Amino acid sequence: MLDISNLHASVEGTEILHGINLQVGSGEVHAIMGPNGSGKSTLAQVIAGHPAYDVTAGKVLFDGQDVLEMEPEERAQRGIFMAFQYPVEIRGITNAYFLRSAVNAVRKARGEPEYDPIDFLDVLDEKLKAIGWDDSMVNRAVNEGFSGGEKKRNEVLQMAVLEPKLAILDETDSGLDIDALKTVADAVNKLRSPERSIVVVTHYQRLLNYIIPDKVHVLADGRMVRSGGKELALELEEKGYDWLRSRKAVAT
Amino acid sequence: MTSIESHVKKPYEYGWETDIESEGVPAGLSEDIIRLISAKKGEPDWLTEWRLKAYRHWLTMKEPKWPNVTYGPIDYQAIQYYSAPKQEKKAQSLDEVDPKLLATFEKLGIPLSEQKRLAGVAVDAVFDSVSVATTFKGKLKEAGVIFLPFSEAVREHPDLVRKYLGSVVPPTDNYFAALNSAVFTDGSFAFIPKGVHCPLELSTYFRINASATGQFERTLIVAEEGASVSYLEGCSAPMRDENQLHAAVVELVALDDAQIKYSTVQNWYPGDEEGKGGIYNFVTKRGACRGKNSKISWTQVETGSAITWKYPGCILQGDNSIGEFYSVAMTNNRQQADTGTKMIHIGKNTRSTIVSKGISAGKSQNTYRGLVKIMKGAQNARNYSQCDSMLIGDQCGAHTFPYIDVRNSTAIMEHEASTSKIGEDQIFYCQARGLKAEDAVSMIVNGFCKEVFRELPMEFAVEAQNLLSISLEGSVG
Repeated sequence: MLDISNLHASVEGTEILHGINLQVGSGEVHAIMGPNGSGKSTLAQVIAGHPAYDVTAGKVLFDGQDVLEMEPEERAQRGIFMAFQYPVEIRGITNAYFLRSAVNAVRKARGEPEYDPIDFLDVLDEKLKAIGWDDSMVNRAVNEGFSGGEKKRNEVLQMAVLEPKLAILDETDSGLDIDALKTVADAVNKLRSPERSIVVVTHYQRLLNYIIPDKVHVLADGRMVRSGGKELALELEEKGYDWLRSRKAVAT
Repeated sequence: MTSIESHVKKPYEYGWETDIESEGVPAGLSEDIIRLISAKKGEPDWLTEWRLKAYRHWLTMKEPKWPNVTYGPIDYQAIQYYSAPKQEKKAQSLDEVDPKLLATFEKLGIPLSEQKRLAGVAVDAVFDSVSVATTFKGKLKEAGVIFLPFSEAVREHPDLVRKYLGSVVPPTDNYFAALNSAVFTDGSFAFIPKGVHCPLELSTYFRINASATGQFERTLIVAEEGASVSYLEGCSAPMRDENQLHAAVVELVALDDAQIKYSTVQNWYPGDEEGKGGIYNFVTKRGACRGKNSKISWTQVETGSAITWKYPGCILQGDNSIGEFYSVAMTNNRQQADTGTKMIHIGKNTRSTIVSKGISAGKSQNTYRGLVKIMKGAQNARNYSQCDSMLIGDQCGAHTFPYIDVRNSTAIMEHEASTSKIGEDQIFYCQARGLKAEDAVSMIVNGFCKEVFRELPMEFAVEAQNLLSISLEGSVG
């Protein structure tokens, strides 16, 4: 599904990622952990296609296709989704309108018929039911005046509606209290499927108590320093990241 | 940010020209020219005199220099003040109107023929200096509504015209209003008698076609006691390298309990990327809420013109009267806009609302200028003003000059202002959801303008949204 090899990326001339390798199979859930500034968010943004980052070497293949040549919208249309760490506000545009525009853009690109506003309400209703949420956010402007927790929930709602093949959750747990964390994790779990891969980028092990990953990777100073099963997350929780930093030379 | 800018460029869609023979008066301005225009229109003496008085006053005035815009000197002697498509005799019905003219308006999306005309909207189509057709005259007559080209109104209802003409914007009001009063050619006159709710939307579409002409139209709308009307104005012009002057005057009068809603979608040719050509849109629009409980509402979507200079205002004379101003002004490339409103509170319990949205892209300059004046006798007056500016790219400018003059301590004034910038992050967010960058920009801009768009009549809200995305296309990428 996702195959990253020797990925180097820089921002304004400073290299942040120094040769990342990562393979995520269909239906798998991977967690990428690491200390602040390790390059976790950069990796997520590079996969989604943020224009601020320059890829200087390496490949990102999605379903066998090189995504680095694609515009961000084309990546989205092909099924890559990133839940933003800092979701953006769009004044005056309701969530319902935004979601319909997004879904229709994706459907149009795939040669599928677009939804009219009435049909889309049913689609939205169905997606909300699937994750067990009400429609209280649907008619509010996109992230405008949303609390931090609501913004994160809204990202997951978009994921539910857009039905990506690959979802990257960039610190979706940050700033959430325990109840909100459970709500979000619960929805993400309901969206797990054999056709959908999920990459959870997080600083804390806490989220992984609720979204159980198949694999855990540790990123430090722009390199993958360790990969393992879900127990690696617990080990990190116990020992902190410094332990890995000292082992870095060995691991790479 | 250059990437964002590359998305706000799309050619002007209405820049073509109609190949039609025209007849006019020689270029230049003098008492003789004014007499000639007046004679061509078969006007009564009082109106000829009215024009000449305005002209004589204009000669003593100086072009205003206070707007936040720059342009070279205008040669008023180089302008042709009257130009009309040649026709053998006055068309009595649509069948007699030159098919080229009908085709012109049809191409602009304003079909005039019986079969195709817009349902629910009566249209007066003005081509250069004359009105070529007015639809639904009969249906309006049944309701008692007068909706005529100005010249015809002067002939058919001279007393009404004389009573109200210049009563809101006197010929001496300002430089361009004085010029207009001297040389105005056509425009629309609407009169909604006591108690009548106009059964159709009234609309005038202005098209400048001839080169080296100016368009100086005059619109006068009167709503008597308890009457109501919604009026729409649209406009466009061919692409030309030289600038053309458009100096219109619009006067609205609302008597007791009357309501007038005036909407404008302004799409004059804005000039090219380098700022060559385009219309100078120097317009005076004012409404008088003369009666108690009357209401005048201005909604404008300004996307065209090289320079826009207009401040549609309300004189809130009647007690409990209401004035509203909803504006979207979008500038791109080298366009300049200095626009806003004046709300003059005279009566008791008068209320005004101002919502202004300025969008600047390219190397354009966009200024909001507004005056809220609460006179001494305006007990319990209220004003709410909201001025939001949005910048696209880093070479444009947004400016706000709100003037507030309060002479009664019971007034309640609220003013909110914001400036935002469409950033790469906002666009990337939309792209990451599958939307193209230019669709993202147009969505963000439309969301920003929503409070104004919802004031527009349905058909025109859609047109306005499309217009904005056209004007913006090319400014991101």
